[in-house]
Amino acid sequence: MADLKPSRRIRHLFAVNPTAVLQLGLWGALSIALMTVDHRYHGLDGVRDVLATAIYPLHVLVRLPTDAHNWLTEKWASRSVLLEENARLREKQILLNVQLQKLTTLEAENRRLRSLLESAVNTPERVLIAELLAVDFDPYRHHILLNRGRQHGLYVGQPVLDQHGVIGQIIRADLLTSTAILITDPNHALPIQINRTGVRTLALGTGRLQELELPHIPHNEDVKVGDVLVTSGMGGRFPRGYPVGTVTAVEFDPGSPFARIIAKPAAQLDRIREVMLLDSEPPLMAPDSSGAVAAWTP
Amino acid sequence: MTGAQPTGRWVIALSLLCAFLLSGMTWPGGLDRFRPDWVAMVLIYWCMALPHRVGIGVGWGVGLFLDVGRGGLLGQHALALAIVAYLTLQAYQRIRVAPLWQQTFSVLVLLAIERILIFWISGVIGYPPQDWWYLAPAVGGMVLWPLLFIILRDVRRYFQVS
Repeated sequence: MADLKPSRRIRHLFAVNPTAVLQLGLWGALSIALMTVDHRYHGLDGVRDVLATAIYPLHVLVRLPTDAHNWLTEKWASRSVLLEENARLREKQILLNVQLQKLTTLEAENRRLRSLLESAVNTPERVLIAELLAVDFDPYRHHILLNRGRQHGLYVGQPVLDQHGVIGQIIRADLLTSTAILITDPNHALPIQINRTGVRTLALGTGRLQELELPHIPHNEDVKVGDVLVTSGMGGRFPRGYPVGTVTAVEFDPGSPFARIIAKPAAQLDRIREVMLLDSEPPLMAPDSSGAVAAWTP
Repeated sequence: MTGAQPTGRWVIALSLLCAFLLSGMTWPGGLDRFRPDWVAMVLIYWCMALPHRVGIGVGWGVGLFLDVGRGGLLGQHALALAIVAYLTLQAYQRIRVAPLWQQTFSVLVLLAIERILIFWISGVIGYPPQDWWYLAPAVGGMVLWPLLFIILRDVRRYFQVS
């Protein structure tokens, strides 16, 4: 018992870190500096790129149980189930083929009419499939992380769709992953057109996955519940004519100059698993450029 | 134990990694709103159990990884977790002697502070929270705290991390 100094364990029981405040100040200042640089000047894209690539294996790990389950289900699916699915898919393909034939005729006709009018012809787009890796923690910020990046040819501003309609657009393309903003994000505005009447307006995100808001539509405008909204092609980000949603509520408040119009997105934003990325570079410009609106400004 | 080298650094790192992976997994249906901040909880545990080893710097680093992993603003989670680590370090002597069910309330407060900080920053950059649901993960974390505490305590004892 020569050693009278309190043991390490005992010392730690009562230790108060004298530099805690200093540390907090340093780290706090560093994070505020980081946030400012990141938000205002986007000066950290290189750093983020490196870190995002380093973290990529973790995303793969998170997805592993789901992927393994899918793989196993496919591997062990019984013959009858597969045959049934095969038959169903074949039937569907025949149906789609018939519709496609009609579409080809229509497209040719459309092209001819457009060339008569001497307006820009819609070039066919290339489509890339990406899978969802993660959803933003923040329930009010509708950002999703996708498993394709610059290496696969993604670029900022690229339109993202699912099989039902427009989902959003890419706002950051890292090397292997990319972040997309959904059309329901409060900071997103999408130039749209009401299919029935041709009225052009914006679809603003509300922060709720089932709601879009259509601002600045006067009371006397012809808008009905059930009207289909499509992209208008204004702003040059989204090609024309993709479904965006349907109008679900039209309210007239005599006190306000505009009608309150709410729409529901066509895409199933709460059930995203796979998305389609349209490659329409160079950006399609709308034939008539009056009142062009930038779809998203950082 | 005198002068023993710190051991089990990998245990701490691995537990934080597991928390990171867990936080990326969604919960079914409406329960997802209560999905806790696993990383914050594990960080609170280690700050409380080993305040001389895990602290503000670790919290900050882990938070930065969260920011990159979720594609959020760089430094947002880093700041929140650094502050949570600081508060835990200030109060660990009071928190860790309390019975487990009383600890859960301290953890609730710490997790709520973390949520409020994150949403305050989100509000500054143009995403103000629209209802009170953003505090739900703190409640979820509070409910799961006893379970996490017991698991991590046993892990710490088994690997003799000190």
